[in-house]
Amino acid sequence: MRVSFTVNGSRETVDGVWEGESLLYVLRERMGLPGSKNACEQGECGSCTVYLDGTPVCACLVAAGQAEGRRVRTVEGLAEGDRLAPIQQAFVDAGAVQCGFCTPGLLVQAHDLLEHRPDPSDAEIREALAGNLCRCTGYEKILDAVRLAAARKAGT
Amino acid sequence: MEFLQPTTWDEALAAKAEHPEAVPIQGGTDVMVELNFDVRRPEHLLDLGRVAGLDRWEQNGDRLRIGAGVTYARIIGELGDRLPGLAQAARTVGSPQIRNRGTVGGNLGAASPAGDGHPPLLAADAVVEVESRRGIRMIAATDFYQGVKRSALEPDELIRAFWLAPATGPQYFSKIGTRNAMVIAVCSFAVALHPGERRVGTGIGSAAPTPIRAVAAEDFLARELDWDAPLDEAVAREFGALVGAAATPIDDVRGTAAYRRHALAVMARRTLTWAWRDHRGPGDAENPGRGAA
Repeated sequence: MRVSFTVNGSRETVDGVWEGESLLYVLRERMGLPGSKNACEQGECGSCTVYLDGTPVCACLVAAGQAEGRRVRTVEGLAEGDRLAPIQQAFVDAGAVQCGFCTPGLLVQAHDLLEHRPDPSDAEIREALAGNLCRCTGYEKILDAVRLAAARKAGT
Repeated sequence: MEFLQPTTWDEALAAKAEHPEAVPIQGGTDVMVELNFDVRRPEHLLDLGRVAGLDRWEQNGDRLRIGAGVTYARIIGELGDRLPGLAQAARTVGSPQIRNRGTVGGNLGAASPAGDGHPPLLAADAVVEVESRRGIRMIAATDFYQGVKRSALEPDELIRAFWLAPATGPQYFSKIGTRNAMVIAVCSFAVALHPGERRVGTGIGSAAPTPIRAVAAEDFLARELDWDAPLDEAVAREFGALVGAAATPIDDVRGTAAYRRHALAVMARRTLTWAWRDHRGPGDAENPGRGAA
């Protein structure tokens, strides 16, 4: 079937989509946007987190057809041109990236957190990121990165 | 496979009548897992995400009518004050991303004994509104669950909403799992006080082939509770024991039957104690801590 939706501000149409296919598969394999990662395919790991109409969701659990006509924003859409989004820069500066596989999902989810809670408590950060698994960092640097992004945001 | 995408409820009912084997999909948090892992290959996928009105809730007389498409996140944010038991359960579902998509309607459709939404629905006497072209049926939650992942829903029927009275007394939900997110319940328990009727409702999850009420435990409290006095510890303990006895759990990878019974007894005693503390209020001599700080 044909599926058409807005991704990172640009209207895209793809043909030949299988009816049971996930939004994640369409993004990665048909639209050339491999930023969102395919790991668990059951919503456990959060590495495929994208915005769907402004709400973070696991792209692996959205049927492609459900995205028809909607707005999708992936990790590729967080930066403005060459300028990283503050949360991305904070991940780099805090050393919150090791293997990097979980990073795109964490970035989108943390980005959403800071949109709603510019100065989150540690408990709020942990709760917001509870659905994003990282197997390398032990999470401490990730928490540092979110705190850093929040502090920089408050300072500007 | 065919992807059916009705935009009205009548279209959805027509599609389900024409294709009774069609698998309804709303948030996708259950159905997509089965598709991704090749567990299911339905001929028709019936997307209810665009059906007008399914994502609304309203006060209807003395009850709330909550559309099957209302997400857990919205139940927490918009109905947490009126449905505290269900909202507590909703907070334990998956992760923020899952709660942004998953629905109680989907929980009902999947009818898993481990679904977090079920115990509070049982404890608060929820009614499920289902419909087909043949008409509407109002099914009490107690009658809705019929077996492991089996419900009273007929093949041509769809879940439209569930009905629940706003809480008239304290409600609590408790769940055992290995971590604080992304956990299928080892077992779970919900309690709802109905002070007007001097009655306590219960719901047990993940400890029987279906979600169940602990009827003998409810009857015991109806006989033994003194609603104008502090909670008798012996009554709370016996309540816990009766809740544990009501379950028919199995040994599996998440826990043993014996552990589940024990955990249910503890959760039942604790949640009743919390609820009673709220019911009695800060003036209760037995609860000097509450409100004092």
